[in-house]
Order: sequence, then structure tokens, then C-alpha cells
Amino acid sequence: MKARLMDRAATVVLTLIAVLIIGTLVGLLGFILSQGWHKLNLDFLTSPPDIVNAGGGIGPQLFNSLYLLVLTMLIALPLGIGAGIYMAEYAPDNKITQFIRMSIEVLSSLPSIVVGLFGLLVFVNMTGWGYTLFGGALALTVFNLPLLVRVTEDALRNVPRSQKEASLALGITKWRTIVSVILPAALPGIITGAILASGRVFGEAAALLFTAGMSSPNLDFTDFSMNSTTSPLNPFRPAETLAVHIWKVNSEGLTPDARDVADGAAAVLIIAVLLFNLSARWFGNWVYKKMTSGSN
Amino acid sequence: MSVLTMQETIIQTNNVNVYYGEKHAVKNISMDIEKNSVTAFIGPSGCGKSTLLRSLNRMNDLVPSCRVEGSIIVDGIDINSSQVNIESLRQVVGMVFQRANPFFKSIYENIAFAPRFHGMTNKRDLDELVESSLRKAALWDEVKDRLRDSALSLSGGQQQRLCIARAIAMQPTILLLDEPASALDPISTMKIEELVMQLKDEYTIVIVTHNLHQAARISEKTAFFLMGELIEMDETGKIFTSPENEKTEAYISGRFG
Amino acid sequence: MSHRTEGVNTERQSMIAQKMLTTNKRQKTENISGKTIAMICAGLLVIVVLSITYFIASKGLSTFFVDGVSFKEFLTHDKWDPEGEPSAYGVLPFILGSFFVTALAALIAAPLGIGAAIFMTEIFPGFGKKVLKPVIELLVGIPSVVYGYVGLTLLVPFIREQFDVLGFSLLAGGLVLALMILPTITSVAADAIEAVPQDLRNASLALGATRWQTIWNVVLHSALPGCLTAIVLGMSRAFGEALAVQMVIGNTTKLPGGLLEPISTLTSGITLNMGNTIQGTPYNNALWSMALLLLAMSFIFIVILRLLGRKRLAK
Repeated sequence: MKARLMDRAATVVLTLIAVLIIGTLVGLLGFILSQGWHKLNLDFLTSPPDIVNAGGGIGPQLFNSLYLLVLTMLIALPLGIGAGIYMAEYAPDNKITQFIRMSIEVLSSLPSIVVGLFGLLVFVNMTGWGYTLFGGALALTVFNLPLLVRVTEDALRNVPRSQKEASLALGITKWRTIVSVILPAALPGIITGAILASGRVFGEAAALLFTAGMSSPNLDFTDFSMNSTTSPLNPFRPAETLAVHIWKVNSEGLTPDARDVADGAAAVLIIAVLLFNLSARWFGNWVYKKMTSGSN
Repeated sequence: MSVLTMQETIIQTNNVNVYYGEKHAVKNISMDIEKNSVTAFIGPSGCGKSTLLRSLNRMNDLVPSCRVEGSIIVDGIDINSSQVNIESLRQVVGMVFQRANPFFKSIYENIAFAPRFHGMTNKRDLDELVESSLRKAALWDEVKDRLRDSALSLSGGQQQRLCIARAIAMQPTILLLDEPASALDPISTMKIEELVMQLKDEYTIVIVTHNLHQAARISEKTAFFLMGELIEMDETGKIFTSPENEKTEAYISGRFG
Repeated sequence: MSHRTEGVNTERQSMIAQKMLTTNKRQKTENISGKTIAMICAGLLVIVVLSITYFIASKGLSTFFVDGVSFKEFLTHDKWDPEGEPSAYGVLPFILGSFFVTALAALIAAPLGIGAAIFMTEIFPGFGKKVLKPVIELLVGIPSVVYGYVGLTLLVPFIREQFDVLGFSLLAGGLVLALMILPTITSVAADAIEAVPQDLRNASLALGATRWQTIWNVVLHSALPGCLTAIVLGMSRAFGEALAVQMVIGNTTKLPGGLLEPISTLTSGITLNMGNTIQGTPYNNALWSMALLLLAMSFIFIVILRLLGRKRLAK
């Protein structure tokens, strides 16, 4: 009887835990969205922040986050896919490969603040660039590389071996087999992983504090010259992202509506992350359906 | 062995041994394969017939632990010599696998992909090649209106014929077929067999098969393998009616395998 | 066998033979350069890891070799006053703060995470996969500043009102971190539990054990290394988390007193002061030494994970 009772009790407790976790997520999302909902208008999303007075927006920060995301992915994707290809297709079974694997493991478990500090030393001080978008993108590349390598490697390994055999048997070189046959077949997995990595980039702050910096110059959104210091597209300018902005407003915000601004910014961030997550999920399902419905 | 045939030898193996790590998969095999004929490799599973076949276009190079000894001469050239370019070898010696493995691409692209890689860039030439290859593989009429569809939308038998068309498009001299019909229904199998019969005028075909009737129907020469050894190789008619070796006889009459 | 040609007869080469001997230069070059590029990308990972270690170590060690601070004092003294006269560089409060907040987070998140993992693998797998798993994945995706921000606007005032204290506290930090590492623990533990062979469960159930007895005595027992791995992974994440913790723990540099008192961690100390100190000063160097401690801890976590992994393989 005692055992039966324990069994019942355990089921109840475990169910409560599950409910608690789901409740927490719902509460969390509900709280952030309901707090920030009233700020979500075009003016808030596009106008620059005001340092002293109320009524500032998050326009430059939003732009910076998106631009940084693009820059990071432009650097990180080729490197991540290249290294993933090496690990899946070329790496021999030896000590060197083990060492590379260990490096990936180390890199993926480094605290993001440590990556940011490394960025400060190398991409800010040693290069003499100061706080720049580009430096931030490099730090985020370091931060996301292990994820992208692993995703690529897994996706490549999941492509049936027969695809590779078919191509090699036609006298196609190994490299071209990888690029034209295996990689396209692995692309859905890689894209899903890249979208999830994008969510991480979008929300990351600690690695950016000391690389992309905590301020933005006054951006002139009519100037797209790449070189001008006020051009939004210039990668060698400091740039505060949305996530960094939330942190900064809370720790040193001076405006009377700092709380309001943070509410709005948090809501935008959460919506963006939800979009990344849902689109990755949707994309994965879509590709799966497309791939399986074709064959019979 | 029939030394005094009028036929020209295209593949010659001399004391070929293949090892997978410690496993001795193919033992000391010497044989001649004639040009523009169909040669069938038969024998129970694990007898080394597929391994030998995969050595003929060096697909075994893919297996890191695999080691091939002895010489395999194709048209006077030792294919394992360092002067041979493996990509060119595989254009000369094409292969079709046990399970249809079309690329995850369109029907057209499945065929055009490799020729384009090997330098055929003219769109008209490619179109013509795709059509002629599909015609030779008796698939053209079934797919001519849907060349841009995914190859995966074809039935299993069609996919396998597409793979044959893809191999033919490379204009190989030799075609290796590794149990091409073992995963197909009887009607698809019959179509593949008809296809092989048509193709033998142009190509030298080596086919591995589990199906003894299939070997008897389509091949001119048959080689019987057992535990890595070549037990007997002769005219197909002779192998199936009056084999010299009693093991062959036992296998043919269904006493094991 | 005398009729056999031995070796390569180079004089009588047909078109076919010639074709086999032709190499397409462009293809070969592409093939080799492709492999080289992929290799460089992989090599870059190693270079990055080595240079992170080298640069942070060389900066972090200068506290001891350039500024002459004793290593022992640095690790064991509780007085942190880099701008005082004389200056003091004891980082024990930060170290203890990091450990306490990590331990608290693990204490809260481990039972919940493993419980949730059991729920979604053993109790209601259907519901678990359809609802709980996506929920967990969404929780992973939420940025850490958002966790920190919610902690700041919800948790800190709540603690303040309930206990009549400042609110910024070890407890707040532990709770925020627990929420952040919960998804990690849950998903890794769920994988470990799922990997337990079904035969073991059937054997136990066949002996008349209840579902809970089976889970407790059989499933959890054989999934133990995996569950430990999950907890250590979560702890390593908690130990390195910077902003979310910094926002809610109060950042008072003193030894942790109680659950409700404000503390500092290694990460929060670095975050707050790195931007306000001048490069090369002993104060700044001391911050780099703290960063080196963080790096060393993440290596230690990796070693522990490796040991656990080996144990898992041995089973």
C-alpha cells in the first residue's frame, strides 16, 4: 500500500513541476509583453533614445542589433560551415582531431563575459579600433562558432552515405561532392541551427559590453557611405545593441521613463527571439514535409 | 578457363586480395572480363562478390581500413597505380548501387550534374545528353514532362533506372551493377533486366546478383564466389547446367546460400 | 597464365586508357584548396581557444608577477579595496559569491529539472514532447538580460516587501540563475533517462515494482552519471553568467552573510569595473586575474564533465 501511495504522490509532484515550469514561461512572457505592449509603436521603434528626458526610443539600438546580426553571420557562417565540413568529412581519427574537438567543447562552455574580455584585448585594444561593430561581430563569432560547427557537422553526417557514393562514383571530386551534393542536402539542418544561433546573437549582451561598446554615435539614416562616422552602415563605429541597452538603462539610466524604455525594449527583444525560435521550428517542419512528401 | 576466346579482354584481375582491417574479404582472385558482355557475380552473402566489384572502380578507397593487393588492369592500365586519376577512372567505370540513390535534386539535374562538372557547359548539349540517357534507360517517356520534378517523386523502379541513366550519361566503357534490382518489385526488376540486355552492346556490364535466375537470364559469363574465393568462372550456360566444381553445383541447385 | 600482361603496357594505350590517365588540373586544384580551406577553418577554432587562454592568462598573471600581489592573498583575503591606501586585492568575496549563487541555483534547479525530465520521459511522454519540450527550448532562447530585467522588476521588489530587506540578494541571484539553467538540466537529463534501456524498466515492473519504484531504483540509478552531467553543465553556465546576476545581487563586496543579503560575484565585479578602470593599472590587472579565475573554472568544469562522460561510457 505504501508503495502505491508513493507512486501516486510522485506522479502528482512531477506533474506539479511540469505545470510550474510551463506556468513560469507563460508568466514570464505574459509579464514582459504586457509591460512593454503600450510602448510598441512606430515612434518608439524608430526614434533615437533621449539621454535626459522622457520619450526616447530605441531606433538605433534596434538597427544596431540587426546589423550586428548580419555582420556576425557573414563572418561566422562560412567559418562554422568550413570547420563543420572538416570535422564531418576530412578529420582523420587521431590526436589532432581530438584536440580540435576539445577546443570546440572549451569554446562552447566559455562564459560570454570571458569571450567579451578576449574581444576587448584583441579586437579593441590590440587592433586599435576601439569599440566597433566589427569587433563586436568578431566576439560574437567566437561565441557562436562552436554551435555552428556542431550543427553543420551533425547535419552533414545525417545525409545518407549513398548520396556521397553516388556522386563519387560519377567521378566527381570529393570537395565538389561535399559542396554540391552533401551540403545542399544538409542545408535544412544548418539553416535551422543558424536561425537559433541568430536568436542567441540578438539577445547577447555580456560579450558586447566591451567590444561593440555601450554607446552609439548620432546616426544619420540618410548617409550610407560606410566610411562616415555617422553612417549607420559603417562597421567601425561603436554600437549599442538592444540587449546592451536594456542592461544599461537599468544600471545607469537617468531618464524618468527608464523603466518604460526597458519594458518596451525587453518586449521587442522577446518578440524577436520568439520569431527566431518559431521560424526555425516552422522551417524545420516545412523542409521535413517537403522532403518526405516528394518520395513515395 | 577459356583462354582461346575471340573476345577482347577489358578487365583483368591478377591475384587480387582485399582486406577490411583484419578481415580477408577477397582471396587471390584472377579473372578476365570480356568487352561488351554481361558478366554476373553470384554467391551467398558475404562471399566477397560486392567487395570485388567495388574494387573495380576503387569505391573501396572510401573505406579507410580497406587494403587492395594485386593488380586490376582495365584496358592495359593498372587502376591502382599512382598515374591513374581516380575521377577519370570512375568516368570510365560507372556504377549503379543496390539501393537507388538519386540526388536530392530534379530529374534533369540528376543526370546533368556530373557531365556539367566534367566540362559540358552548353545547355543544348546537356539537354540532348539528358534526353538520350533517359531514352537509353527506357525512362524518357515516363518523365519527359516532369524533368524539373524532384527525383524523389519517382517510384523505386524509376529511381533505379534514373540512376542507370545517370551512369550512362557519363559515357562509361564499363558499367558495374551492384544488385541493382534486389530492392525492387518483380515488374521493375524485369524492366531493369530488359535494360541490361539492351545496354550490353554498348557497354561492358558486370552485375552482382543474388538472384540466380536473373544471372542465368542476362549474363554470358558467370563467376561463382564462396568465402572470398573465386570457385568457378565460365560460360553462364555451363555454370548452370554442368559446373565443374561440386560447390558450384551445390549452390546452383539450392543446397545452400 | 602466361598470356597475362604484367603491369602497365604504356605503348599500346587506347582512348580509354588515355582518359584514365588524364587529370583535370582545375578540378584537382579546387579539390585540394577546398580541403585546405576547411582545415584552416577548423584550425582557427584551436587558435582561438589557445589565444583566449594565452591573452587572458598573460593579463591575469601580471597581478602577481608585475604588481607583486601574493597569489595566496589574492585568493584567500576578504578585503577588496584596490583604490585604498594601502590597496587590498582579496577576491575571496567574489569567489565565494560565485560559488554560493551557483550552488543555490543548482539546489533549486536540479530537482525541478530532473523532475521535469522524468515527467517528460516516463510519466507523460506525449504531453512532455508536445508541450514541455518546446517550452523548455523557448526558455533557453530568452536572453539573459531579460531574465535579469524580470528579476529586477519582479523578484527584487517581491523579496524586499516579503522580508523587509533591500531585495538585491543572493536569493534573487540564485532564483534567476535557477530559471536560466533549468532548461539545460532538463534537456540533458531527459536525454540520459531516455537512453536507459527499456528492458531494465520491464524487468523491474515484471517483478511487481510500481512505476515510481522503477524510476527511483532502476531508471535514475542507471541514468545517474547523465543526470550529474546535466547538473554540472547547468552549474558551469550559472558560474559564468554575468549580466542577469549582476542586475539582481546588489554588488556589495563583502563575504556572503545570508540568503537575503547582497553579494558580489566574479562576473559582476568584472562587468561593473572593467569599463571604469585604466588599462595596465593594478586595479585593472586584478580584474583580469578574476577573468582568469573564471576561465580556470570553466576548464575545471570541462574536466569534471569529461570524467562523468567516461563513467557513462564505462557503464
